[in-house]
Amino acid sequence: MAYSQKVIDHYENPRNVGSLDAQDAAVGTGLVGAPACGDVMKLQIKVSDQGIIEDAKFKTFGCGSAIASSSLVTEWIKGKSLEEAAEIKNTTIAQHLSLPPVKIHCSMLAEDAIRAAIRDYKEKHPSA
Amino acid sequence: MVKRPIYLDYQATTPCDPRVLEVMLPYFTEEFGNPHSRSHAYGWKAEEAVDYARKQVAAILSADPREVIFTSGATEANNLAIKGVAHFYKDKKNHIITCSTEHKCVLDSCRHLEQEGFKITYLPVKSNGIIDLDDLRGAITDQTVLVSIMAVNNEIGVIQPLAEIGKICRDAGVFFHTDAAQAVGKIPLDVNAMNIDLLSLSGHKLYGPKGVGALYVRRKPRVRLQALINGGGQERGMRSGTLSTPLCVGLGEACALAQTEMRAESARLKALSARFYEAIQGSLEEVYLNGDANQRIPGNLNISFTHVEGEGLMMGIKELALSSGSACTSASLEPSYVLRALGVEVEMAHTSLRIGFGRFTTEEDVDTAAEMIIKEVGRLRDMSPLWEMSRQGIDIKSIQWAEH
Ligand SMILES: Cc1ncc(COP(=O)(O)O)c(C=O)c1O
Ligand code: FES
Repeated sequence: MAYSQKVIDHYENPRNVGSLDAQDAAVGTGLVGAPACGDVMKLQIKVSDQGIIEDAKFKTFGCGSAIASSSLVTEWIKGKSLEEAAEIKNTTIAQHLSLPPVKIHCSMLAEDAIRAAIRDYKEKHPSA
Repeated sequence: MVKRPIYLDYQATTPCDPRVLEVMLPYFTEEFGNPHSRSHAYGWKAEEAVDYARKQVAAILSADPREVIFTSGATEANNLAIKGVAHFYKDKKNHIITCSTEHKCVLDSCRHLEQEGFKITYLPVKSNGIIDLDDLRGAITDQTVLVSIMAVNNEIGVIQPLAEIGKICRDAGVFFHTDAAQAVGKIPLDVNAMNIDLLSLSGHKLYGPKGVGALYVRRKPRVRLQALINGGGQERGMRSGTLSTPLCVGLGEACALAQTEMRAESARLKALSARFYEAIQGSLEEVYLNGDANQRIPGNLNISFTHVEGEGLMMGIKELALSSGSACTSASLEPSYVLRALGVEVEMAHTSLRIGFGRFTTEEDVDTAAEMIIKEVGRLRDMSPLWEMSRQGIDIKSIQWAEH
């Protein structure tokens, strides 16, 4: 399978690989996918008091497109508000990375990961 | 010029050996006669060449040349053996036994027969990839006409106990067919000692040309087949059509070379595989060999790298040409049915690589491959949430995953 230049770049030089302290009140963690399906993404966000995503980290088990999708979204969500981040669509990710149809689910997983991380953060801050 | 990747996919296909190509070439040009032309020297020369090739193919199986039918490859040979026997004997018997890890062309032939009303038993395999002989004994009925069990598996390289299967079949009066596409030239085969009645082989798996193969069909006791391809009655009526002299010659030469060199080559490949596996084991934790550790051909390793997805891994080792048991590339997104049949968990099946060494693999290739794989697995594990969790002692299976 031929990968786009952008996928290769994110695969070879992934941005924001790592972990944040899941116990930290300012951190939201999303864990999506399933080992049995061949893809698992962990996406974490650190949110400021103003509700802005200050930092984002990911770890992904999956194909190159899954790694690239998660790396890309960590770049995109930094500096965004939770509302703005929640609006990122898999189609935008897939388009940016020129993913072929069989790889669309990798970008859907990245979208799910953002939402899951936001949900986790909001659960820690019911009033926010 | 871009350097080509190191070829480590010898179970997918092999390059045609230059020595094979050399003997083939004259039959494309000067010696172009139709081997079935009886009335002039062009035909005789071609026929002579085909006869010689037939002897070479027979020799590697300890068979009689009259028992060798040339085909377009192992797919056709398997189809002919299975459907041919089933159809010929259908008024007497209607049951066939095969196993769940067979090549698609065997499984699909059986499925077609099932639709026609035949009964098929798909034997399971043990966790080492080998069938249980008691299962086989138990599956044979007075309706069983054929047992088709592959000699060597194409994904995991394990060798089935052919002589034992042959004995069971002979005692029960059932024909034994084996798909030996991955076995010929790699392990010693003797159709008489092993009581094999039909055997399929393929040129491009043993350093011969693509597009040619053969089916061995026993004469005593005689096995009869209904042809798939009808016409001029070539190949004793079992496979009509003008033979390709150069392809037959190439297959024959490939068999002859493999037969002469098998012992030395097996020892060399065994050493290369051991060298590779030790390097990997020495540097990486939690890598597992799929398929029996001993009952396997020397050039194949199928390895699961826990918590590293196979397709992602392959992308990082572009300089190596190999294949993965992960099915992320396939439309179905189902990982290898062969690994699943061994009881390998789906997650582990996603993390496997098939590594095949062959005639042109050097020690340097092996060292480079090991080094690249070790480096990339390390990098991807640092990026893997599953690896991180397992390091923290979290049981991955205890998590409620949302499977999609
Ligand atoms: C075990 C086995 N059987 C059959 C085949 C099909 O052989 P061919 O490509 O000659 O049709 C292959 C090769 O893919 C194989 O590995
Ligand atoms: S992770 Fe399986 S296709 Fe992307």
